[in-house]
Amino acid sequence: MTTPLLELENLHTFFYTDAGVARAVDGVSFAVGVGETVGVVGESGCGKSVTALSILRLVRPPGRIEPGSVMRFEGKDLMALDEREMQHVRGNRIAMVFQEPMTALNPVFTIGDQIGEVARVHAGMNKRDALAKAVEMLKLVGIPAPEQRAGEYPHQLSGGMRQRVVIAMALVMNPALVIADEPTTALDVTIQAQILELLADLTRRLGTSVLLITHDLGVVAENCTRVIVMYAGEVVEEASTSDLFARAHHPYTEGLLGAMPRVGGEKDRLATIPGTVPPPTNWPKGCRFRDRCPYAWERCETEHPPLYQIGGGHTSRCHLAEEPERRQHPHPPLAAQRGATAA
Amino acid sequence: MTTSARADGSPLLAVRDLTKHFPIKRGIFGRVDGAVRAVDGVTFDVAPGETLALVGESGCGKSTTGRAILRLIEPTSGSVHFDGQDVLALDAADLRKLRRRMQIVFQDPFSSLNPRMSIGAIVREGLTIHHLAEGSAADNRVRQLLEEVGLRSEYATRYPHEFSGGQRQRVGIARALSVEPSFIVCDEPVSALDVSVQAQVVNLLQDLQRERGLAYLFIAHDLSVVEHIADRVAVMYLGHVVELAPVEMLYGEPIMPYTQALLSAVPAPEPGVKRERILLAGDVPSPANPPSGCVFHPRCQHPARDAACAKIVPPLEEKAPGHWAACIKQPPTAVSWEDQRAAGATNQPEFFLPRAALHRSA
Amino acid sequence: MTPSAPLVGPRRTLARLLRDSRTRIAIVVLLVVALSAVFAPLLAPYDPSAQLDIVRLPSQPPSFAHPLGTDPYSRDVLSRLLYGGRISLAVGLGAVLLAMSFGIAVGAVAGFVGGAVDAVLMRFVDAALSIPRLLVLILVTSLWGSLGLVPLTLLMAGTGWFAVSRLVRAETLALREREFIVAARALGASPLRMLVRHVLPNVAAPALVAATLGIANVILLEAGLSYLGIGVRPPTASWGAIIQDGAERVSDLWWLTLFPGLAILVTVFACNALGDALRDALDPRQLPRGTDPTFAAEA
Repeated sequence: MTTPLLELENLHTFFYTDAGVARAVDGVSFAVGVGETVGVVGESGCGKSVTALSILRLVRPPGRIEPGSVMRFEGKDLMALDEREMQHVRGNRIAMVFQEPMTALNPVFTIGDQIGEVARVHAGMNKRDALAKAVEMLKLVGIPAPEQRAGEYPHQLSGGMRQRVVIAMALVMNPALVIADEPTTALDVTIQAQILELLADLTRRLGTSVLLITHDLGVVAENCTRVIVMYAGEVVEEASTSDLFARAHHPYTEGLLGAMPRVGGEKDRLATIPGTVPPPTNWPKGCRFRDRCPYAWERCETEHPPLYQIGGGHTSRCHLAEEPERRQHPHPPLAAQRGATAA
Repeated sequence: MTTSARADGSPLLAVRDLTKHFPIKRGIFGRVDGAVRAVDGVTFDVAPGETLALVGESGCGKSTTGRAILRLIEPTSGSVHFDGQDVLALDAADLRKLRRRMQIVFQDPFSSLNPRMSIGAIVREGLTIHHLAEGSAADNRVRQLLEEVGLRSEYATRYPHEFSGGQRQRVGIARALSVEPSFIVCDEPVSALDVSVQAQVVNLLQDLQRERGLAYLFIAHDLSVVEHIADRVAVMYLGHVVELAPVEMLYGEPIMPYTQALLSAVPAPEPGVKRERILLAGDVPSPANPPSGCVFHPRCQHPARDAACAKIVPPLEEKAPGHWAACIKQPPTAVSWEDQRAAGATNQPEFFLPRAALHRSA
Repeated sequence: MTPSAPLVGPRRTLARLLRDSRTRIAIVVLLVVALSAVFAPLLAPYDPSAQLDIVRLPSQPPSFAHPLGTDPYSRDVLSRLLYGGRISLAVGLGAVLLAMSFGIAVGAVAGFVGGAVDAVLMRFVDAALSIPRLLVLILVTSLWGSLGLVPLTLLMAGTGWFAVSRLVRAETLALREREFIVAARALGASPLRMLVRHVLPNVAAPALVAATLGIANVILLEAGLSYLGIGVRPPTASWGAIIQDGAERVSDLWWLTLFPGLAILVTVFACNALGDALRDALDPRQLPRGTDPTFAAEA
């Protein structure tokens, strides 16, 4: 069993606001192996983006990564690094691809400049070499006429092209890990297909690990070997992709799968998850999903479930692991009964 | 040409050759130097109580079409008839009266509500404008509407920012319903929402349609949501409708090559099934400078594509009963072989349907 | 989900304002100034225009009987200061209220209606803005002689509405494309309704901030005019006039410059601080969008 490339242990990231302390990431642990593409799935407010920012220690006040959080990358604890060492990691060993390519690119500098900047900062290249490297990267990500494009500004490119540029910037230094935070959500579906193909192809060739954060289970199904499902600041399920789709355990995962309209699927009412995510300033005691869960019982109200081992690398934060017979008795979730069904 | 779903009765909404060009002004004098052809001759009908989906990617003109129908954007040419009335010929006062019957729900739940108005006031505004109710009668109506969309009536005094995206979208729907429309343009109403919330709002829209007999023009880019809610689907590309068919026929047998590519690109939540994709080359051309002939021809993967495609603008033809598509290479076509040859054709039309475009599990 | 605490509304704005200690001090200062102006007749030991004893009492430094001294006309400075506050605040508030009303109306209409109306109005405003305000004031008052309170206030308002109109026009232009405006139109709202119900409440915030800063400005201007001798008619007390009276012998009659000067300084500072704090408290009106990592009401 080789050492994983990235290991998060007990990550806690809190935001200290005047509405209270928001425990955005509340005890998250997982690992990413070398060359692996791991998907992190969850809806808004589950903490997946904050997790990504925490890995790169980009969380700003009023947010703070709490002491006790361990983030081991290539053997080093990222929390123990000072800012200068951290800058050496960012863009160089761990790169990030954001959701909105237009805001990730500086509108007043050319594409060539921006890609080249990564090389200048991390590899100490001079301007000419950096520009050559930029052209090489543009070619790598499949942008036609790269020499000409290198002199253009972000607004002259389409959304898909910009995202390719952002990917090029991420891969300049051949990082060990790329964190892609909803890289295709803002793109059209045909462009999305192109970008995901590109990412899969490049990372396979370069042996890069990818942490793919998304809310789209379809994207996960086609691109990831392992999936982590997050809800309310915690990991609620982790499994290989095929296991997750074939044998989803946690009721939230089940709900997500049921709520997805599928092309070629049944044309009935979509299954929904009644209620909404509780506020992060006030996570409920016990299981955080209990109000919306069709199987919850008294134990779920008082006892916060740990991550149970289901077997074969599949874990689930649900008491059903110990009392599976309860799954035979679904009932309308409390949120639906209270009439506050609207999300 | 009628493309309505019902053989009897006239359509509720009839759109013919709708066009919207945005002039591009250059220089200090604002000289007009070309135009962005956002909507370029769109024709379709919507029957009472049906959902016609308008799908396409960014820049195809679907949002502009929706707004032009309501005259929130003034069309450049074409005609829009609602329940027999010529919408484009109405003066301001009559248009305002008509607005009761045709409403819109927006995409962005954050910017479509006035941040400084309570949601009760937002829902109530329509009642005030059209003198439908006043005082406590209006209050009651607002309460009813809020409950109808699944929100607690106590929320009426609260402000939009206190609610989640899905809840705000419900407020937008309640606002549209307040004036008792018979037709609602849903402009990407669930695109900005999470999957589980999408499901709730889609179910709500379907319930409301059933209870009130509403017709929807459902504008979206998410093909999986569209398959769920639509009766008929129109696919748009660069300002043109390229295919129009009942939903089962569109998804079961897409004819236009663009539709085929679009369907193949939808990620399927089935791991291990490595889908063949039809990968389109390059990006969507700019609507200010669309390709000649068939606007899709530079990226088309139809095996019979040839020089004629760059010259002839394909008419929207009925390839099968109720199923319209714009492609001169997919038979049957009224564009004769002689005409095609005269434009430089080298390949006979030949029916092409790649497996990658199909999603039905065998 | 239980909706989170309101961020909008006068109550919440007040709460946010009061949180910062600097702002609390500013508010207290302004309250003191305002109250002392309002209750001047009760607080002032003497009649501000009364020349008490032209033989023995002119130009007396601060003493027990006259805590802030007397001016060359043997008038009590403390009383004049208190009554002077009335002038400054009256002119300040009055001028700003008028200027705001007019400026907001013009700016909103120009921004909303656009086209020729906008072009004409803004060219006029541009032209007016290019003439220095102080020069105009000096010109007018020198030609007309010393002004009464009302004409002075009107003059201040008349020269002060241009900047606000530009500000409001810019805000209106940005607002016009927001979807809730389109939604109102889709509902059948008339342009007037859209302007009053939707545009104005949303441009009020920056206008309010400009207003507080405007008060400070007007107070300074009025003091300046009075100092130059072309402000309020003597013997009306105004802070600038008090300074004027001691202008020829500043170092000797230091109390005639120091105390009104301090009063102006403190009031203007407090107005500015309040304006800054208001800007922060009224903004953000909306919670940030989904990319913000802090939770927000977006479930």
